[in-house]
Amino acid sequence: MKNNEIIIAGFGGQGLLFSGKVLAYAGLLEGRELSWLPSYGPEMRGGTANCNVILSDRPVGSPIVQHPTILMVMNTPSLDKYESTVVPGGMIFVDSSLIARKVQRQDVTAVYVPATQMAADMNMTGLANMILLGAVIAKTGCVNEAGLADALHKVIPARKADLFDSNMAAIRAGKEYVS
Amino acid sequence: MQEKVLMKGNEAIAEAAILAGCRHYFGYPITPQTEVAAYMAKKMPKIGGTFLQAESEIAAINMVYGAASTGKRAMTSSSSPGIALKCEGISYLAGSDLPALIVNVQRGGPGLGGIQPSQSDYYLATRGPGHGDFHVIVLAPSSVQEMADLTGKAFELAEKYRMPAMLLADGTMGQMMEPVVLPDPVETVPEKTWAVTGTGCAREHRIINSLDLSPVNLERLNLERFKRYEKVEAEEAMWESFLMEDAEICIVSCGITARVSRNAIVAAREKGIRVGMIRPITLWPFPKKALLNAADQVHDFICVELNMGQMAEDVELAIRCRKPVARCNRVGGMIPSPDEVLEAIYKAAGKEAGK
Amino acid sequence: MIVFDKPKSLTDAVFHYCPGCTHGIVHRLVAESIDELGIEGRTIGIAPVGCSVLAYNYFACDMIEAAHGRAPAVATGVKRALPDRIVFSYQGDGDLASIGMCETVSTAARGENITIIFINNAIYGMTGGQMAPTSLIGQVTQTSPYGRDPKTQGYPIRICELLATLDGPEYLARVTVNSVPHVRQAKKAIKKAFQNQIEGKGFSLVEVVSSCPTNWGVTPLEAMKWIDEKMIPQYPLGVYRDRSEEASR
Repeated sequence: MKNNEIIIAGFGGQGLLFSGKVLAYAGLLEGRELSWLPSYGPEMRGGTANCNVILSDRPVGSPIVQHPTILMVMNTPSLDKYESTVVPGGMIFVDSSLIARKVQRQDVTAVYVPATQMAADMNMTGLANMILLGAVIAKTGCVNEAGLADALHKVIPARKADLFDSNMAAIRAGKEYVS
Repeated sequence: MQEKVLMKGNEAIAEAAILAGCRHYFGYPITPQTEVAAYMAKKMPKIGGTFLQAESEIAAINMVYGAASTGKRAMTSSSSPGIALKCEGISYLAGSDLPALIVNVQRGGPGLGGIQPSQSDYYLATRGPGHGDFHVIVLAPSSVQEMADLTGKAFELAEKYRMPAMLLADGTMGQMMEPVVLPDPVETVPEKTWAVTGTGCAREHRIINSLDLSPVNLERLNLERFKRYEKVEAEEAMWESFLMEDAEICIVSCGITARVSRNAIVAAREKGIRVGMIRPITLWPFPKKALLNAADQVHDFICVELNMGQMAEDVELAIRCRKPVARCNRVGGMIPSPDEVLEAIYKAAGKEAGK
Repeated sequence: MIVFDKPKSLTDAVFHYCPGCTHGIVHRLVAESIDELGIEGRTIGIAPVGCSVLAYNYFACDMIEAAHGRAPAVATGVKRALPDRIVFSYQGDGDLASIGMCETVSTAARGENITIIFINNAIYGMTGGQMAPTSLIGQVTQTSPYGRDPKTQGYPIRICELLATLDGPEYLARVTVNSVPHVRQAKKAIKKAFQNQIEGKGFSLVEVVSSCPTNWGVTPLEAMKWIDEKMIPQYPLGVYRDRSEEASR
């Protein structure tokens, strides 16, 4: 499986760190080397938030993603900030209901998913992150879909177990949108 | 053996401390180490341990002093500005020959500084964090796995040599998640012959104390302590060598910057540059011998740090200034990219090529 | 036949205290209380920084010497590690009411199940007679050579009254030891402060209004009078908190 360096970025509160954790746990269950590094501090409170996820077959050196192979963004400042850092041939996933502009780069693949609008339409408010993540997984194969349910079980705390189905449904919706 | 789990570095420290038999945690909230306290707050009441949010860093370290006096494994954790406040208590721990664990998840300074990762407490940690002549054992984890492994190791060494130990991590190590295999639980913490537990009316009273008003005695105590330090230096230095067999350039780096350097080394090797790394795992004792040996082999050292070159001085001392030691530093919460380290490697390689 | 004997909980070490200093009396009252309660084998004491810094040599129980002002935090650490031991700290006014005020108030607020013996003699004795947080208005010390002036040096702190504003403490009492009846009352209060801990009742503090003839610049006899005339009006004796009394009322 391909080695991937992933940046997931947007506003605090959009569940971006959570999305990253799902990937990390999926990687763990696949027995891969990985790291998950969040931004932290006051910027998390309503400001920008991001996390770096590395999934690799070799021991992870720096956990800081300098040149992502996959960029998933849920606000315009994040697209502005990270677009230029993506490796040539990389992929950018954009929540097009929150980001009006298009990706400028010609040497990357851009995927637009109106995730926030879809979430609102499907009565899944707050799950736009998982819809977009579903698109990421379907398009990149960065983690095996088979292991996703198990990963999700690990990430969702026991007291919120009822959220499992809606999270899985959101991931499926994202996947279906891009396939 | 336990199964592989995903954990934040800070949580790995907390869980590893519990597995090492630590049941007494005293702390005060500060970013970026708060997860240690939060984890302890959740876990300790369930296993009959103590989690106490102290009124200050100063109180927290003195509570550690009290609990450590009873022979129990006790710890506190903080980040740079809080560690500065704890220095008084750390000095008293050292002066009273008490083992304890102090975790420092470093952030940028001086002053209030920032909250992003840093290694700027290197001097503070390795020169004896507090007043008086003393050392603490300083361990520098470079992965979440080491956050866990070195926590237990810190308690062991602290007790073996009756001195405080400091786990010197940084904000990245504390915040990142990686797969980790937690150590097996320690069933029994060794009994202490010096602990104050009450005389039971069966023995002379014991005194935990750092005061001695007789210069003759106080000098003797200091000399005895430094004999112990000599032994620590001779026997406990830990480091990791990475691609050093044929290296002509040696990077010296610990913690997060060692991780970044690893990427740069792999990239440089692809270009045919023979570069390796000695990563100190103990910062005190410093792996002097390993570095001195490397000085015979390489033509240049590069010290990659999140400070203005604090460890670089120890490298120069260790290699007796036989080879140049270049600095590759970022501060204030900035972290060098692998490209920046690569740049430093090119410089060292090019300089040699141009000779 | 009644023979005047030394309490078991005191060692044979000779006190270093000045003539007329009341530390010796209070040490004895603490030791007698420990003996009478039969807890000498499970008591751990915390000595302060100040004139009683060497208290660890005098009490026969296990002892810890704390940093200046930190005894309540150290005591907390011991008590949490060994909840069935009896833990007391013995602190002066500089230690408890100045540099250690944060620890004092916070430990009281937590209702930590420990016993604190607080020696208030309105001066720093060990360092040679500087102004204390409890020095009286107008009191001449090395660092208030023209007399303590509230305009620049503030007012004396009343610890019992201050701590009585908190919900945490179980027992707060101010006593003195400048006469036989006062010594008897002091003994009663100190013993109660230990008894409370044995019963798990929580934070107990006994403030002992004490003397320092050396640094007050008076004779031992005058010092006893000075307590009555100068100290007690500022620091009225009495019980400032007694939860068990309140409950039985």
